Order: sequence, then structure tokens, then C-alpha cells
Amino acid sequence: MTFLAPKDGLSIACDNFVILEDSKPAALTHEFIRFRHGPAVAAEDAKHTKIRDRSRLRLLVPRPYGHYIGQSHSVRRLRRRPRAPHAVSDFIQFEDVSRHYGSVRAVDKVSLGIGKGEFFSLLGPSGCGKTTLLRMLAGFERPDTGRVLLDGQDITDLPPERRKVNTIFQNYALFPHLSVRQNIAFGPTVARRPRREVDDEVEKMLALIQMRDHAEKRIDQISGGQKQRVAIARALINKPAVLLLDEPLAALDLKLRQRMLIELDMVHDQVGITFIFVTHDQGEAMSLADRVAVMNEGRIEQLGRPVEIYEAPQTSFVSAFIGDSNFFEGVVAEVVDAEHVRLSIDSFQDLYAFNDKGLHQGERVYLSVRPEKIRISRDRPLEGRDHNTTRAVVDDVIYLGTHTRFWLRAGEYRLAVEQQHNRFVLDDLPIRWQDEVWLQWHVDDGYMLERYAERDEALMSFPPQRVGEGDAPAESPADGRG
Amino acid sequence: MAEARGLLEPRHEPWITLPSFVWLIVLFTVPAAIVFAIAFKPSDPYGGIGAGWTLQTLRSLGDPNYPAILWRTIWLSVATTALCLVLATPTAYFMARTPERWRHLLLLAIIVPFWTSFLVRIFAWKVVLHPEGLLKRALVALHVVPPEASLLYNAGAVLLVLVYTELPFAILPIYAAAEKFDFKLLEAARDLGAGPLRTFWTVFLPGIRRGLLTATLVTLIPALGSYVVPDLVGGPTSEMLGNKIAQRTFSDRNLPHASALSALLALAVLVPSAAAIALERGRRARQRAEAA
Repeated sequence: MTFLAPKDGLSIACDNFVILEDSKPAALTHEFIRFRHGPAVAAEDAKHTKIRDRSRLRLLVPRPYGHYIGQSHSVRRLRRRPRAPHAVSDFIQFEDVSRHYGSVRAVDKVSLGIGKGEFFSLLGPSGCGKTTLLRMLAGFERPDTGRVLLDGQDITDLPPERRKVNTIFQNYALFPHLSVRQNIAFGPTVARRPRREVDDEVEKMLALIQMRDHAEKRIDQISGGQKQRVAIARALINKPAVLLLDEPLAALDLKLRQRMLIELDMVHDQVGITFIFVTHDQGEAMSLADRVAVMNEGRIEQLGRPVEIYEAPQTSFVSAFIGDSNFFEGVVAEVVDAEHVRLSIDSFQDLYAFNDKGLHQGERVYLSVRPEKIRISRDRPLEGRDHNTTRAVVDDVIYLGTHTRFWLRAGEYRLAVEQQHNRFVLDDLPIRWQDEVWLQWHVDDGYMLERYAERDEALMSFPPQRVGEGDAPAESPADGRG
Repeated sequence: MAEARGLLEPRHEPWITLPSFVWLIVLFTVPAAIVFAIAFKPSDPYGGIGAGWTLQTLRSLGDPNYPAILWRTIWLSVATTALCLVLATPTAYFMARTPERWRHLLLLAIIVPFWTSFLVRIFAWKVVLHPEGLLKRALVALHVVPPEASLLYNAGAVLLVLVYTELPFAILPIYAAAEKFDFKLLEAARDLGAGPLRTFWTVFLPGIRRGLLTATLVTLIPALGSYVVPDLVGGPTSEMLGNKIAQRTFSDRNLPHASALSALLALAVLVPSAAAIALERGRRARQRAEAA
């Protein structure tokens, strides 16, 4: 699979790779990319994953996760970058907004700025306040304190019908007593626009969503995907300044969800208005959004581009909620140089980490390493300053199609390691239960967290577990990276 | 949904519905047919039914008193139904939006009056509306009504008590529909620019259409046939068809005449219900045809 993007030369997406490349695409093969260039730096700019080829066929490739970047310096750049400021843009502004239900703080002093035309995602587990925040913008909830501004105008007290904001509801909330056509015409009809004009607009919308043949059908006669399209048309016909999407894909099955993701992205490209997308599915948020706000317990834990959220999580919550992580707890043993620290972690010798936090000797740290960043091998790998190398014993091997997950025992820690499948791996002598293996990860791939909360461990599909605390953890039914 | 098994299999359906079918035939259809038949019999002077067949009774329905009574019966019933719907819809809306644990309490509050005998409740109204009653005195004191006005024994009193009697029957089906209504639709309508009132008319009312239809039928039909209420709180100027039927049966002992009136009333009920059902069917058939 090779796709091109006309930005910064050419971007080539190859299987899971997203790579900057300036050669002719025809000459590029899978192996070529891998061996000639190694994992490259393209993933840094989130836009590169919106890929289109010359025949205008648009395709979406999963947003790159960190291991595609490998040992590039982009990870360091990501982590060194000053934290994304909370109000980089001012088209939509939440100013110190709070909403309490009894003693529950649904939204707790949130300040957030969203830019015009941005595809913004609010991501978090259920009950984190993301939907409440969205409903405040739609006008269905009033904040207890704080203000909501749209294009400089204070809309905190405006009722929903007077806001230039439209919503795609979770189950679409299409009117069952009206036909597809009447549903789409609802907004302009209510606005008392001339009948002719409304008919024309509806006709255009029907064409846009390719539902002309189904215009007279009732809502219960169309499929889930068609419902979503009708919901989009019904909202967009009002020419809103902002489109709010409240978990619009939750009701669809997996394959349809993937198709609808692409359609949403295309619609966003076409209409160019601000999209705010609420979801608990990190895959959806990562693959579509320009920026993501990860929410937890009414607060924004981290705001940034998908790659920042994944590669440089600031808190244990973000680290655990997005993807999976191995956590280590220890102390800074030595500040080696400006860039590195040596950590003292029980049962490991000399682990090094990239010191983007400017830690000093003796400070307590939590180190997190994503399972897919750790390489596993039977043979002793070359050791270098750039890498942490350690021995481990295989406890369990779980084949998961695209990758294999290994549960390993290293000292008193139980670790998860994921190995992507390709024909080289499959040809190798397989690693089995009870094998003694070598683990290695690049110093940059372990990162230290700014905030760590023990209870966030409950979110992890494999909580950090030390050997002896219990039996091998049960495999989570859903793969964390969805 | 679970597969229908054993007794509930579709092929057993006729057997399962047989008892209720027989019940309806024996106790409803046959008596109704007998009533219709008696309308074509002559009366005999001893209050029985004469031999042979005649159209005489039907001709006697041309009595100049009847159009006025029929008209009054219809307008009182329609007004009762309309008032019930107007009062029941917001009540049902409010109930459906109440948190679940309070809902049962509200439902109970609507059903509780049924624990008291219907007659007792009507007599209670007589006490309330009595010329010497508290309500009358209070209204006179407030100069709302002149002292000589009567709250009782007129069409107004009949209407009031009819609405009181039928209201729970209107609330229950509307509530049942409102409870199933997806209130997100109201948000969607507001989101699309409709004000609260418009949302109520264009989304909520169509959404509970079936409840409204049922409520209309279950209030209109009993109201048309009402007899006790106009008999107790109404006067000679607010008689309804039901009173006339009773009069013909008990005072005049003219069963054929009473039967003819009953048949007239039955038609007055059947025709609008059949029309409503046909309309609904036609609407759905049209929708299906449009969609196909």
C-alpha cells in the first residue's frame, strides 16, 4: 500500500509507516522504506496522516504511534516543546467553566480555546465531563461559573436555538415521524426560509450525502450509516459555525465505523468549519483530530496534537488511558549529562532516560515505556549508551494477529512487550513460554511522568504488577489501541 | 427477541385468542345485535316488546327534542375530550420527565381516586358545587359570580365533572407514549433552531400521536355515553343522550325506543372511531407507498 500526500515533498504510508520521502513513489517498496530510511520523522506533523493520492482518492491511515518514529529526534522535540498553551486560538473559548451536579464536579474550571476550522477532539472515559462541556457549547447546559464565547461573543446564556452551533447526537436523534427529506429540511423550515430555497438546499444536501434515492424513506427504513449521513446533512444545512459530534460512531459496527471516520474527515475537508468531536475511543480521536484534549474527572489532563498525547503524556492518566504502558518506580541515581539521567529502579541495573524534565539526583520518578517500544530477542543485542538492555523470562505469549504480546518477568516487575508481525518475525524461531530473552528499548522511548496517581493504574489494560502480587493478569478483551 | 415457543407459536394463535373471542361474541356482539334488532320491534303497553317488525320506532326518533340533545351530547363530549387532552398532555410530559422513583408516586396519585366509588366522587362534587357550598360562597365573596348564579345543574357543571372523571383515562395513554418518547429529539429540534413551543408542536406532539389518539377514543366514547354525571350534576337543560335512553327504559318502559336511541349513540361512536382508524391506516399505507 502506498499513498502520497502533497506536502513537504511526499509522504508515503506503508503498512503502518508514515514516512517522509522525496524519491519517486513508484520505486518505493516496503523493504526499501524500512531499510533505506528507517523510521522517519514524518509522524511529527499530524496532518501527514491525511493522505491523498493523485487520483484524488482519499485515504486515512492510522495516526502514527511512537514506534514508527523509532530513534529519531522528533520524540525529543515533542517533549521539549513548551506545553501546548491552553488558549492558542480564540474562535471558541471556554473561560474557567465549571458545572457541578450535587457534589459531583462534572466540569471543573476548564479553560480551553479552539481554533476556527479545527478538528478538535474531547477524549476521555465516560463521566469525565467531555459531554457536559459539549452540551455547554450547544446550549443544553449552563455552566455554574465561567463563560462560553463563540467568535468573541458571549453565548453562555443563549438558548440552543439561537446559537450558530449544530450537533450530531449519539444516536442521531432523527425525527421518526418525518422522512429523510423532511428531517434535513427541518432547520431551514423552522427558520422560515422561502420554500423554494429550502427545497434547493435539501436537494444539494441529499446529493452530498448520496441519499437522493432514499429521500422519501422514513428513518426506521434506513441503515445506521445512512442515519449518520442524514444527521450530518440535517446539521450542515444550517451552515453552523461549529459542528458538535457527540460520540457519533458509537452506535455503528467496526467496519462501518472505519468508513464513517473517513467520511467525517472528508466532510470536514469540504465544509471547513470547526468540528468538535467527543469520544471515549482514542483511535477515533487520534485519527481524526488536529488537536485532542484528554479529560479526566472534569479537568483537561493534557491538550495537544495526537502525537504529543501519545509520545509525551504528562500524567499517569494520559499515559494509561492512551495506549498501554509499563510503569517503573524509582529514584534518579545520577544526572549523567544535560540530556540523560541514570535511574535506580529495583531489580534493574542502570536504566537511562531522556531528562526532559530537568530532574535532579535523588528525585522520585515514574518511568513509563510503551510495550511496542521494547524490542525482544533471543540473542544478545548490541548494547550502547542509547539503549537500555535487560534480561527477562517469558511468562506468556499471546498471538493477536497484527502483533504478539509477551508477558515477561524481569526482576520483580511483570512487563508487557508487543512485537509487530512481519514476515521476518514470523520466519524467525518463535519465542516461547519460559524462554530467557533480551529486552531493549531506546533511552528516548522511556519517559518520565510529571504527575502520577496510583488510581490511574485501574485504567490500564495491564496494571503495573510486580511478580508475586498475583497470578498472570487476565488479558483485556479489547486491545487498548483500538 | 426470544423465539416464540410451544403455546406461543404463531400457528397456535387462533386457539389462544379463542376464549377472548368467544367472550366478546357472547357478551358484546350478540347483545349489541339484540339491541339493534329490538329497535325494529313495536313496543307493547306493558313495557315489553311486541310481536312483528316495524319502522315506527325509528320514525319516532324524528322527535324535535332529539337534535338539540344529540347536539349537546356531541359538544359536551368533544369539549370534555379537548379539555382532557389539553390538561393531560403537559401532565404526561411532566411525568415522563420526572426521575423514575418519583414517577411511580405520580402515577399512583392519578390512580388513587379510583379507590373511591365513582358515585361517591360525584356526590362529593355535588357538595362542592352546592349553592350553600364553600366554593360558591367563596366565589360570591370574591365577586367572581353573582349570588343568584348556580354552579350546579347546568351544562358547565356536567362538563367540569366529565373532565374530572375522564382525565385519568386521558393521562395514562399519553403518559405511556411520552415515557417511550426519545427526549433527545426535543434537544435536536432546539439545536436546529426551533423554539420551545415550536419544538413541542412539531416534535413532541407527533411523537406521542398514538397516545393522543388512544386518549381521544377512551375519553370521547365514554363521554358520549355518559349518563350518571349529567343525571346527578346536570339539570333539564343539560340532558344528554344517555339520560334519554334511561328515561325511555325506566320511566316510559319503551324498550324499542331506548334501543333505537342506543343504536343511534353506538353509531355516533362507531363512525368517528372507524374514521380515525381508517385515517391512521391510510396515513401509514401512504407512507409505505412513498418510501417504496
